[in-house]
Amino acid sequence: MKAIADRRHHRLAPVLLLLLALLVTGAVYAALSPSATSAEAPSESDIEAGAELFRTNCATCHGTEAEGRDSIPSLIGVGAAAVDFQVSTGRMPMQATNPQALAKPPQFDDEQIAQLAAYVASLAPGPAIPSESQVDPALGDPSNGMSLFRTNCAMCHGAVGKGGALTDGKFAPSLDQTTPTQIYEAMITGPSNMPVFNDANLTPEEKRDVIAFLAEQKQGSPGGTDLGGVGPVSEGLWVWVVGMGLLIGCAVWIGAKAS
Amino acid sequence: MTEHSSELSTPGAGAAPVAARPAGSEVTLPERFENPGLAPHRDRVADRDPAAARGAARRIALLFGVSMLGSIGFVVAYVAAPSDGTVTGVRNSTLYLGIALFLAMFGIGAAAVQWARTLMSDREIVEARHPQRTSDADRAAAIEVLRQGAADSAIGRRGVLKGALLSALALAPLTVAVPLVGEVGGTWNVNAFRHTLWKKGTRLTLDPSGRPIKAEDVVEGSIVHVIPDKLRDSEHWIEEKAKAVVLMTRIDPAVLKEAPDRAGWSYEGIVAYSKICTHVGCPVALYEAQTHHLLCPCHQSTFDIADGAKVVFGPANRALPQLPITVDDEGYLVAQSDFTEPIGPSYWERLK
Repeated sequence: MKAIADRRHHRLAPVLLLLLALLVTGAVYAALSPSATSAEAPSESDIEAGAELFRTNCATCHGTEAEGRDSIPSLIGVGAAAVDFQVSTGRMPMQATNPQALAKPPQFDDEQIAQLAAYVASLAPGPAIPSESQVDPALGDPSNGMSLFRTNCAMCHGAVGKGGALTDGKFAPSLDQTTPTQIYEAMITGPSNMPVFNDANLTPEEKRDVIAFLAEQKQGSPGGTDLGGVGPVSEGLWVWVVGMGLLIGCAVWIGAKAS
Repeated sequence: MTEHSSELSTPGAGAAPVAARPAGSEVTLPERFENPGLAPHRDRVADRDPAAARGAARRIALLFGVSMLGSIGFVVAYVAAPSDGTVTGVRNSTLYLGIALFLAMFGIGAAAVQWARTLMSDREIVEARHPQRTSDADRAAAIEVLRQGAADSAIGRRGVLKGALLSALALAPLTVAVPLVGEVGGTWNVNAFRHTLWKKGTRLTLDPSGRPIKAEDVVEGSIVHVIPDKLRDSEHWIEEKAKAVVLMTRIDPAVLKEAPDRAGWSYEGIVAYSKICTHVGCPVALYEAQTHHLLCPCHQSTFDIADGAKVVFGPANRALPQLPITVDDEGYLVAQSDFTEPIGPSYWERLK
């Protein structure tokens, strides 16, 4: 004990403490965070449990009957897909009034999300959560997906889905961490300012092709580092600062007199 | 520094300091500046100390060695880590080859530069400049030759030959200029920009699949990327697509504002606009479903789709041209006509 007390003023002590704190927090979070449960067809009790969750967590803004008000959308008819997308990406419940809802760690476990979705879906028919095979990248055609992505998605989400800026602080998020199910749900529900791509515009097969194209992007860039994949800003910064900096450094070295 | 400049400044360069000086104080400038000569030569460490010179030589050899390792490494990487067609394989192969190639080339360059800097002589050398003017006798002789040639050809008397020569010289550059200019733009038909593939009754179809679109399939808050039906059957279909692309959405009739002269151009709230920005012709397609704003990715021009695609922000100067639409007997969306104004950015003859 005395050995530890002697060293508590060591200059590396804060670093060590910080690392320990991070480790403990991570371990506790991993131990306490809910594990995934398998989804089943919603039963009456699921809908009731969802209604209860809705009243305690969502009704403050969306209203007790999910009717919405002023700038807050009504959830009648948005379907299970919208609820699953918004809640599983952590966008809802909303933490603060931003230009758009931001993704964060989900606030409910999979079972609770399914119950909430079942409740909202019971209010009025709406888009359902897609099945496993509907979003399986292995069943899609990434080549057709690329052509569809380029036409319908790339102008906002970027050529490889890394996202991009919109107006007034809004932005199209990166699709790196988005699961195939969430991508499908976003297309059929059009969250926030994203337009809807219904099944007439992009058929379910075409949606799966888009998902397959995005899954291909997870392998990274064949040309080495992609500098964020966000286009000319980061690439230009790299060339101007690092590339030209190195060239200038070489020129100075060549021109300097040796000692 | 300031002392030096006041002593050595030339009349021109010294103008500003003279003006700044209080009146009355005289500056005496020498008639002619003495050549200051070269600064005393300073020997490098390697010039003075044979051991340091040997050390410098070793370091240069080491840089050449780095290059050799790089070259050998390149061959090894080429054989051992070939690009196998997968993304990871291509990335790794490129990375290894690139690093090895960098070492191989940069090693030689760095060694050569270091050799020149540390070991090769850096004694300053003075070489005087020689006059470049040809002597007067040579100049007079050259002019005399030219005069004799002109007199011999009798160009002043033979008017026909003179005219023929000038005409031939004037026409010859056309053999280069006509193809060069003619092939720059592909076509010089300005009217090509005035018309697109859209005609009365042309079906609106999805880009890229080409499926026709039923009016009830276009829902509020969606965005549909549209190309004319049978686009691929047309000659130069890519150029035609670049002019004919259209964005379509349905706007709540309570929100939709329509000019009286365009009252019949939408169909039950479905509006279709050219996707080509009126600023410099980028495809303007970032649609915000809640604000009905369409944003151009190139220069941030923003158009309000709920209000005639008017410009609400950015450098664009005109609203996006609207495509008048309706439905045919089978319920598919069709164009009422072509665009009623040229699409895309302005050009001189646009309003003629």
